Amino acid sequence: MDKVFLLTRREIASYFVSPIAYVAMALFLVVSGFFFALSDFRPGAPAAMRSIFDIMMIILVFVLPIITMRALSEEQRSGTIETLLTAPVTDVQVVAAKFLGSWVFFLAVLAPTLLYVVLLGAFGEPDLGPIASGYLGLALLGALYVAVGLFASSLTENQVIAAVTGFVILLVLAMVGPWLATLAPPPWRNVLQQATIRPHYIDFTQGVVDGVHVIYFVVLTVYALFLTVKVLESRRWR
Amino acid sequence: MSAMIEVQDLTKWYGRTLALDRATFTVEEGRIVGFLGPNGAGKTTTLRILTGFMPPTSGQGRVAGRDVLAEGLAVRRSIGYMPENVPLYPEMRVQEYLSYRAGLKDVPAGKRAAAVDRVVERCWLGDVRRRLVGQLSKGYRQRVGLAEALISDPPVLILDEPTIGLDPAQIQAVRELIRSLGEKHTVLLSSHILPEVERICDHLVIIAQGRIAAAGSVDDLKEGLAEAQRIVLEVHPGTGGDGPAEVARALGQVSGADEVRREEAGDGWLRLSVQPAGGADPREALHAVVTKRGWRLREMRREAASLEELYVRITAGEAAADRPAA
Repeated sequence: MDKVFLLTRREIASYFVSPIAYVAMALFLVVSGFFFALSDFRPGAPAAMRSIFDIMMIILVFVLPIITMRALSEEQRSGTIETLLTAPVTDVQVVAAKFLGSWVFFLAVLAPTLLYVVLLGAFGEPDLGPIASGYLGLALLGALYVAVGLFASSLTENQVIAAVTGFVILLVLAMVGPWLATLAPPPWRNVLQQATIRPHYIDFTQGVVDGVHVIYFVVLTVYALFLTVKVLESRRWR
Repeated sequence: MSAMIEVQDLTKWYGRTLALDRATFTVEEGRIVGFLGPNGAGKTTTLRILTGFMPPTSGQGRVAGRDVLAEGLAVRRSIGYMPENVPLYPEMRVQEYLSYRAGLKDVPAGKRAAAVDRVVERCWLGDVRRRLVGQLSKGYRQRVGLAEALISDPPVLILDEPTIGLDPAQIQAVRELIRSLGEKHTVLLSSHILPEVERICDHLVIIAQGRIAAAGSVDDLKEGLAEAQRIVLEVHPGTGGDGPAEVARALGQVSGADEVRREEAGDGWLRLSVQPAGGADPREALHAVVTKRGWRLREMRREAASLEELYVRITAGEAAADRPAA
């Protein structure tokens, strides 16, 4: 676990010197700020963050794959994957560290949005409970998105392909899925809807922390990471 | 001495291309062995299999007695590996990178700084230890790669083309460094340049087209070649009507002479290369023929086939017989 810490630390440090990461961060904050101003920060709107949390679910579909696109594809392109995998570290340790590094960076990208809470507090009396649970939901959402982005990155040396693959998977889970679900007949409709992200995420933004939703995110995240480990391991069969 | 690296019938298919064909050789402990072969011969593939980066299609590899597939983690702990093109993280500083790699290789936290100091000194990186890796020249990058391979003081070092792209001064520096590693470490270094390998290594394994063509100490290989001596003469047959073919035939008839090869040496002179039969020394007989026929002679010398020629012959596809141990 010592090694996971070392690997993670390096990942985080490399994010902070990466220009793309900062661009993505700026993009996220500008777009979020814009929507925040239009929705929850309107005069007369309740002092809550429900709308912006909802919108962030979509913004992150585009922003997180851009942040994670580099994670494994750059190592494969530059050849550093060779020194990484020939060191006495396991594939699980490598993937865990890539995940943690990206997730921690995501949390750092999210941190400036706490300003919204401050702003709401200056002009109203926000109920902090739902806001806190909203951020918890975001953290879990982010973990899933990061894991998917990481999986996409493991499949290719090309960062652009990694980013696009990540978008597509997340788009299906977040937006296309729900739409497909409306076309399906009733028993299937429910199953499909429960497979998509929104029903599980939305409760967090309303102050409800339901174990089922936490499990949904954790299980899907772990599954994406498991697939990533398998992709790395498949080197050993090739 | 025990075998530190053992490769047994190692085979690797990339799709329908056979990269390694039942390669077998060993590297004894404490030796510096040169793994020599033309580009595409299978050197990097072999090294990647030994370091656990890819699996063989069949066959076995063992390092320090452990199987590279079954005990991968333990094998990787005992190897310091420098891949071709030395991939490094450009955004890290040299010192930082070495310390990070030391940590990944199980060097305890308290000893990392000392380990970094040790390799920085050994590889002459003192001037650039705080520089960003992305800003280093090729020579320095190579030394960082070498330093990284040494950081955990592993018993085995596997270096893929360690001097490629370096200028002569840098090559000499790296060569001295590798030679100095001899006693305490077992080194397997690959190259496609024979003179380089001859200068650093006492033992060679020659690979071509995925097969091991020769293996042994440089001295043994040269001795084997010394028996394949030749006598080279430069003869001018004059205007007496004896053509080049006749000269070659006449010399070939001499007792003790076997095969004769000839080539033009300019101005009507011929250079003939005579292979002695068995242990015979036909020089005097050859001289007698030249005198009797009235030809002019301006040089006669004995030449041993060189390692260079053996290498060229091997790479041209006329592989020598396999020999097992190095």
